[in-house]
Amino acid sequence: MSVEALLGTDPGWIILVKGLLIFVICVVATLLSIWGERRLVARMQQRLGPNRVGKFGLLQSLADGVKLALKEDLIPKTADRIVFVIAPIISVTACFMSFAVIPLSGQVNLFGHKTLLQLTDLPVGVLYVLAIASVGVYGIVLAGWSSGSTYPLLGGLRSSAQVISYEVAMGLSLVAVFIYSGSMSTSAIIAAQHDWWFCITLFPSFVIYAISMVGETNRAPFDLAEAEGELVGGFHTEYSSLKFALFFLAEYVNIVGVSSLATTLFLGGYHALPGLTFTENWLGGWFTVVWFLAKVVMFFIIFVWLRGTLPRMRYDQFMKFGWKVLIPFSLVWIMIVSTLRVMSQRHTPRAAVFGVTLGIILLLLAANSLMESNKKRRAKSDEIGEVSTPSFPVPELPTKRTEQING
Amino acid sequence: MVENPLTPHSKDLGLVAAEAANAPIAEQVPASFFKQLLGFWVTFITIFKKVNTVEYPEVKEPTAERFHGRHQLNRYEDGLEKCIGCELCAWACPADAILVEGANNTEEERFSPGERYGKVYQINYLRCVFCGLCIEACPTRALTMTNEYELADDSRGKLIFEKEDLLAPLRQGMLQPPHPMAPGTDHLDYYRGTITGSDSAKSAEHVHGATDA
Repeated sequence: MSVEALLGTDPGWIILVKGLLIFVICVVATLLSIWGERRLVARMQQRLGPNRVGKFGLLQSLADGVKLALKEDLIPKTADRIVFVIAPIISVTACFMSFAVIPLSGQVNLFGHKTLLQLTDLPVGVLYVLAIASVGVYGIVLAGWSSGSTYPLLGGLRSSAQVISYEVAMGLSLVAVFIYSGSMSTSAIIAAQHDWWFCITLFPSFVIYAISMVGETNRAPFDLAEAEGELVGGFHTEYSSLKFALFFLAEYVNIVGVSSLATTLFLGGYHALPGLTFTENWLGGWFTVVWFLAKVVMFFIIFVWLRGTLPRMRYDQFMKFGWKVLIPFSLVWIMIVSTLRVMSQRHTPRAAVFGVTLGIILLLLAANSLMESNKKRRAKSDEIGEVSTPSFPVPELPTKRTEQING
Repeated sequence: MVENPLTPHSKDLGLVAAEAANAPIAEQVPASFFKQLLGFWVTFITIFKKVNTVEYPEVKEPTAERFHGRHQLNRYEDGLEKCIGCELCAWACPADAILVEGANNTEEERFSPGERYGKVYQINYLRCVFCGLCIEACPTRALTMTNEYELADDSRGKLIFEKEDLLAPLRQGMLQPPHPMAPGTDHLDYYRGTITGSDSAKSAEHVHGATDA
């Protein structure tokens, strides 16, 4: 049965059940992923991590959540009270909403009703996710602004600048997927990956998406908004109790969100690994959920690994990387992909395709060598020392060591 | 290991180091991209290494041999207290954590050999900094430190340790003071350590029994 036929005949109560299911999955995933992250990152630092509350410390984040909720809820005097309250709600709602179009499973039997574990299927599904993610930025901006204090404002500005600039790279990396699948609907994109996953055929897009999703979620090494040494806590400095918990929840749901989008767009969604397709029929189709979750967990582990390994980037380096490397690179890649796509649609002879590919490679090499020689020339001119000596006295340039040797 | 050129050697009068110090600073070149990726391998392989954590309340590792823990007021082998109530510990204490009040021993009520004993002995563990100056000050080795470090409680009062909290437990052959010194000995014998537990305890028992009767 087609996706339209499956989802279109859903009665209202099934939709409600699915909505509830998405909510529960997101919240439980958050609790488990906080625990998993802390345990894994602890192992990477030769520690144990939380292991006291419940079996293996599994209930640690639940206990933390309860503790947070029971804390005093402060609203600063200078804060804009209404916006201050609304901001975390916007943030968290946006995260949950993006899950509406993510297919979590293939055809399953939900309380005697044949359906897909997907709330709805929009023809512009992925665009909808991007739009919702942008709405989520409002939560950050408003939180920073409404706190009525300097550090949250700076943190909020940083976060929003970061999220917006990496959203551009993210959007561009998705264009290649749209070109190749011919659709923006998540289910159609999954169907288009029947033979080859897009993470193989569109590898550069996948890499760009993977990088920008880390930037988009404000996670290490791109967690500039939470640079404690510079900004205290970032945009949520003034938040406490449940409102802070909502931001926390939003952050982790966001991670799960971008990971599931990556799974859907590049890793074949809920489909099994090639060669294991027979597992998709296990448990009446419910086993596809396991495949989906396994892929999401894999992304999450990469998130944790990045956090455990890389130091935080400097703000200017980060912005430079986003605007001067990721975006131009994706633009060039889109050009190449669209050219090749049009050629294959018009059944251009193989020789021409090869010729164009070779031409592109040569062009890239030429550009690269030009840049290298330019760099060398600049380095040479630096070496000669064309720094003019000013007429006024200046301190000696620090070319020599001036450390004291004996005491 | 590369020798640090800035470390002065005794023979060359620091000339080599001076020369090295005057060399121009080498330009810092970032490691190659793939070399930088080695960091991921480091964190990955650490996952499988043995964890360093000591799960404290369940697992207790012994302290260093000379760890400065809770104090103890020692006894002679026959159970008489070593403390003579001289207050030197209290005077040595930089944190003013110790309070001592001495009193006279009498022939009927003897707690320590010699003239005086510590009647009141308190250490305030909210003040104590575990520096051990009191131990250095003690002329009779009455005050020493144990390795016990679990000194947490929920009130200020509970953290002021009284004499009975600090006194060493009675071991085999020791008698609970007050009791007289071993017969035919004086405080100098105690001081020299010629009193042995079992004999003197027996004789003390004997004496005790005699006085009781």
